[in-house]
Amino acid sequence: MTKFTNTGNKDTRSGFGAGLTELGKTNKDVVALCADLTGSLKMNEFEANHPDRFFQVGVAEANMMGIAAGMTIGGKIPFTGTFANFSTGRVYDQIRQSIAYSGKNVKICASHAGVTLGEDGATHQILEDIGLMKMLPGMTVINTCDFNQTKAATLAIAQHVGPVYLRFGRPKVANFTAEDQKFEIGKAVHLMEGKDVTIIATGHLVWEAIQAAEVLNDKGISAEVINIHTIKPLDSEAILNSAKKTGCVVTAEEHNYYGGLGESVSRVLALHHPTPQEFVATNDTFGESGTPAQLMAKYGLNSAAILQKVERVLQRKE
Amino acid sequence: MTDTSHLEDLVVQVRRDILRMVHKVNSGHPGGSLGCTEFFVSLYKEIMEHNTDFTMDGIGEDLFFLSNGHISPVYYSVLARSGYFPINELNTFRLIDSRLQGHPTTHEGLPGVRIASGSLGQGMSVAIGAAQTKTLNGDNHLIYSLHGDGELQEGQNWEAIMYAAANKIDNLIATVDLNGQQIDGATDHVLPMGDLKAKFEAFGWTVLEIQEGNNVEAIITGMKAAKAETGKGKPVCVLLKTVMGNGVDFMMHTHAWHGKAPNDEQLEIGLAQNPETIGDY
Repeated sequence: MTKFTNTGNKDTRSGFGAGLTELGKTNKDVVALCADLTGSLKMNEFEANHPDRFFQVGVAEANMMGIAAGMTIGGKIPFTGTFANFSTGRVYDQIRQSIAYSGKNVKICASHAGVTLGEDGATHQILEDIGLMKMLPGMTVINTCDFNQTKAATLAIAQHVGPVYLRFGRPKVANFTAEDQKFEIGKAVHLMEGKDVTIIATGHLVWEAIQAAEVLNDKGISAEVINIHTIKPLDSEAILNSAKKTGCVVTAEEHNYYGGLGESVSRVLALHHPTPQEFVATNDTFGESGTPAQLMAKYGLNSAAILQKVERVLQRKE
Repeated sequence: MTDTSHLEDLVVQVRRDILRMVHKVNSGHPGGSLGCTEFFVSLYKEIMEHNTDFTMDGIGEDLFFLSNGHISPVYYSVLARSGYFPINELNTFRLIDSRLQGHPTTHEGLPGVRIASGSLGQGMSVAIGAAQTKTLNGDNHLIYSLHGDGELQEGQNWEAIMYAAANKIDNLIATVDLNGQQIDGATDHVLPMGDLKAKFEAFGWTVLEIQEGNNVEAIITGMKAAKAETGKGKPVCVLLKTVMGNGVDFMMHTHAWHGKAPNDEQLEIGLAQNPETIGDY
């Protein structure tokens, strides 16, 4: 069984900040816009290094999205930064018309996604953003799992032409993927090989899936763990190959089960290889205040929840 | 004074295009289109430095953004008659598989259009972004935009208006079509917006007024004056007083023709008031 080492807890938003800092040095077309959350998004270094390419928009996210769309005309690659809630729901029509329908090369970078935002509570804990963004034609949707992957994704999306939604979070979590990884948009990452059950996870739930797989291994159950960082376009081939091998699937994400990764996986399975599937996701609910660990436990978003769903899906397997 | 007689024929022809386009598909927005015909003709023929060899990035030329996308008929007619695409394509307005969608879009690749618009209130932000990229690129050409007056009820405009002044966006001329009408009636009836000149000035903009917004000579004089105000550290707003439905008597001074097409008989009356000049499409 492949072993993963946590090289020290780090927040995924800092991975974004590190990636943006590097892009500032290597790609002169990259510009950054922020709606009064520069520190939270870890954009300070880019701002300090490139004041001419950093645009403080104030608390005005709709305007930020429109400006970003306009800035692409003439060749700039705008990266917008604010919380996931204000990056999607608040500005959905601006993104829909001025960015997605207009086919603009804007990178919508969203921190503090999901319940792990913590104590600020449900007003800020969006659990619907993946659904909102994946429904937009032409939008690439990425949810990264750790610092290193977020940094790699930030660099990769600058090379991709077209609108991208990059989702990451606030808490410090295990950093376990390779520092020098090549991030391929739309390509699943096989973390662990297995034959009894497939666990398909995205974002903060990937580390939880690895923990669950280690427990399962001790019980003699061989779990395959796949990290889907790109929810759209989805790597159907990787999902199908694994489902055909194991015969059952658990999806895991920090998002409502309506509109999330799980539904996208279900569609692939329903079309090509119907397979029992269980969902680790929030159950059509808003979040609340609490620590990230408390919230992950209460809303069924940790390795314990994954283990429960694995047990259930194994029972459904013929 | 600029000699504008050569533009008058084009204005009449564009009016005919507008009437015929909306009549053919029994839909579209003739009122606001007719009200801005003289503005579009003046802008594309006398004011903007632009290339008809269209590139999305528009480096080294002035760019125009239409925020109130529903007046697409006048936009399409003037783009076609400025050489952006074949005039005959006006025949496809609002039809299936056309590049001339109900509201303008980049999605079908129509030359001349750089952003989709229709959902109101977004064009000011887009124009500002394009203006900032011009500055970053060291490109000293200007950004022009057009907005409806009713459209200013959308809050995003005021975010953008605040931002533009704070960031000294002085390569932008945003024109507001002050026709005083919106779908449900007069703007002063639906939601009075007060003194727009004072509001823009309070937000830190330079404001110019064109009282005769349906007079080509007055528009050219006014827009040249606006151009002279660019580069001075402040964004420039032009309040263009127009008459909705201008040039077709029964469509004038009312909101009734905001989004309604003329029937056969009304078309004939409208066309008779605007006899063919440089040739129908």
